[in-house]
Amino acid sequence: MTETRIDRRFKALKKKNRAGLVTYIMAGDPDFDTSLSLVRGLPKARADFIELGMPFTDPMADGPSIQAAAGRALASGQTMVRTLEMVRQFRAEDEATPIILMGYYNPIYSYGVDRFLSDAKDAGVDGFIIVDLPTEEDDEMCKPAMGMGLNFIRLVAPTTDEQRLPVVLANTSGFVYYISITGITGGRSATSSELEPAMARLKGQTDLPIAVGFGIKTPAQAAEVAKIADAAVVGTAIIDQIACGLGAGNKPSMTLVEDVLAFVSSIAEGIAEAR
Amino acid sequence: MSDVPAKPNSLRTGPDEDGRFGIFGGRFVAETLMPLILDLEAAYEAAKKDQSFQDEMNDLWAHYVGRPSPLYHAERLSEHLGGAKVYFKRDELNHTGSHKANNVLGQILLARRMGKKRIIAETGAGQHGVAVATFAARFGLPCVVYMGSADIERQKPNVFRMRLLGAEVRPVTSGTGTLKDAMNEALRDWVTNVDSTFYIIGTVAGPHPYPTMVRDFQSIIGRETREQMRTAEGRLPDSLVACIGGGSNAMGLFHPFLDDEAVEMYGVEAAGRGIDQGDGHHAASLSGGRAGVLHGNRTYLLQDDDGQIIDGHSISAGLDYPGIGPEHSWLHESGRVSYVSATDQEALDAFQLCCKLEGIIPALEPAHALAHVIKLAPEKPQDHLLVMNMCGRGDKDVFTVADALGITLDD
Repeated sequence: MTETRIDRRFKALKKKNRAGLVTYIMAGDPDFDTSLSLVRGLPKARADFIELGMPFTDPMADGPSIQAAAGRALASGQTMVRTLEMVRQFRAEDEATPIILMGYYNPIYSYGVDRFLSDAKDAGVDGFIIVDLPTEEDDEMCKPAMGMGLNFIRLVAPTTDEQRLPVVLANTSGFVYYISITGITGGRSATSSELEPAMARLKGQTDLPIAVGFGIKTPAQAAEVAKIADAAVVGTAIIDQIACGLGAGNKPSMTLVEDVLAFVSSIAEGIAEAR
Repeated sequence: MSDVPAKPNSLRTGPDEDGRFGIFGGRFVAETLMPLILDLEAAYEAAKKDQSFQDEMNDLWAHYVGRPSPLYHAERLSEHLGGAKVYFKRDELNHTGSHKANNVLGQILLARRMGKKRIIAETGAGQHGVAVATFAARFGLPCVVYMGSADIERQKPNVFRMRLLGAEVRPVTSGTGTLKDAMNEALRDWVTNVDSTFYIIGTVAGPHPYPTMVRDFQSIIGRETREQMRTAEGRLPDSLVACIGGGSNAMGLFHPFLDDEAVEMYGVEAAGRGIDQGDGHHAASLSGGRAGVLHGNRTYLLQDDDGQIIDGHSISAGLDYPGIGPEHSWLHESGRVSYVSATDQEALDAFQLCCKLEGIIPALEPAHALAHVIKLAPEKPQDHLLVMNMCGRGDKDVFTVADALGITLDD
C-alpha cells in the first residue's frame, strides 16, 4: 500500500519520540453542528488522530455511554451521508489529521460497500475500524478497502492467541488496535503489568504501530499507556464529557465544545509528559 | 446426528466451512469473541461424533423433557376446516412448555463438556429463558438471563418462573428494551466473561456455529415427525407449517424434509397489525425486510434506509425479533420454503378456535402457524397430510389474550 495519512502521522510521532492520542467521538452527537465543532477543535486540543463513530442502533461491543451517544446522534438525524459530509467539511480545512471511521457493518452494507468506500475516500477518510468484521470476513470490506489505498485497522484482543495472531495481522494496515481488556468500551482499564507482556507479544509479530484502547479515562491512565504503546485511544471518557454538557432535550450547553476540548487537552498533556 | 441420508445436491448439507448458507450466515463478531466461537465450533464437532454425548442427550430427552412428543390428529379442527387432514406435532407438551428445551439441553451438555461454569442467555417472551433456567437448575450451574425491560413487564409469570428456578433475570433498558437489546447485552456479558461463560442462544441465529447447532438440536422435531407419520399413515406428510420468529421450531421441523421435494413447507411470520402498515407494525423480516448484518450473521432484517435496526411488533413476544435465522433467508431466496404471514388478529382468532375445537390452549406463536393452516387446509384434498408444529403452550399468553379481547382478569 502507498503511504497514508495514518502512516505519515505515526512516522512524525516516532521522530518526536511521543505516543499519539487517538480520540473517539460519535458523529452527530448531540447534533451535527456541535459534533462538527468538536471534530474541528480536536487537532488544536492536540488529538493526533480522530476516530469518528458511525452511529448504529445495536452497538454490541460498546458500553452504555457510547450506545447512548449513538442514540442521541440518530435522534438528531445523523445518517451515513451526513457523517461523510462531516468528514468532507473537516478535510477542507485540515489536510493532515487522519480520520478513521469506526462502527458496525450493517449501515455500510446497507449503503453498499463499494459505493461507501469510494464516497469515504472522496470525503477524506483514511481508514476504518469495523467492530463486527473479524479477519474471517475480510472479503466483505477489508480487501476492497486496501485495494483503494484505505487502511483497515484490526482489533486484537487478549483472547487472540498465538496461533491466531498472525492471521489477524495479515491484512492489517495503518496500525493495530489492541483492546486491552476482555469486555466492552467504557469498562475498567488494563494495568501496565497486563499491558507490557501483551505489547511485547504484538511487537514480536508486527512492525505496525500499536494503539491501546478500552477503559482509558484520565490523563494519568493515558500517560501510563503512552509509555509502552504507540498511541492511546480515549473514547468513552470524552463521550461522558459531552453527555455532561447536555441539558433538557440534549441541548448542548454554551460551553460544551470548549469544556470537552479542554478535557482532550488534559489527556494530551498526560501523553506528552509520559516519556 | 441425522438419520435421514442426504441426497446429491442436497439442501441439507449446509452451511459451508465459513458458516454460510449461500450469502447468509457467517461470523460477524468482534475479535474478542472470535476465538470463542471457533472453540465452540470445535467442541460441537467433537461432541457430534461422540456417542456418549448423544446417549446422555437421548436419555434426558426421554426422561426429563418427555420426548418423543406425540403427533396428534386434530380431528375436529380438520373436520371444521373441511380439507386437509391436520396433525399437530405436540412440542408444547415438552418439559417447560415449548420446543426450546430441545436446544437448551444440547447446549448445556456442551457447556459441561467444555468445562464452562456459568450460563447466560437472552430471552424475549421468556420461553427460552425458562428453559435455560430449568436446565441450569438441573445441572447446578449459575445462570443469568437478559430480558428487555419492556418484555419483563409483558411476561411477568415467566420472569417469576425463572427466578423460582434460581436464575438471575437482568432487565435490559438499553436501546428499546426488547429481545434484540437483550441479545446485545448477553453478547456484552460474554465478551467480558470469556473464560467462564457459555452463551446459550435460543434460536437459529447468531454467529456460526449457532444457527447450525441449534438447528441440529431442534431437528429431533422433524425426525420424530417423519417416523410418526410413517407409522400413522404409512407415508410422509404433504405439507409442514410452523411459525417463525428467529425460526428454530420451523427449522427443526423442516430440516429433515428439505430433500423430500414433494413436501411443501410454510414458514409463518408475524404480520402484527399488517405488513402494509409499514415499519414498526410487524415482525416479518422476510416479507418486510432486506438482507443485512446483525448479531453475528447476515440475514434478512427489519431496518431503515440507513441500515439502522427497526423493532418489530407482534402480539406474540416470541416473534418480534427484527431478524430471522440465516438458513431461512437462504431457503426463502432459493424458494424451497414458502414464507407467509399472519396478523395479530388472525392469530387471536386461531388461538380461540384451537381452544374450543381441540381443547388445546396454544401459545400465541404457534397460533400464527395455525392461522395459516386455517387458510391452507380448506384448499387441500382430504387425503392431504398437513403437520403443524404446536411449538408452545399458551398458559403464558392468557393475560395478553384477555387484554386483546377486552376482558379484565381480577386478581
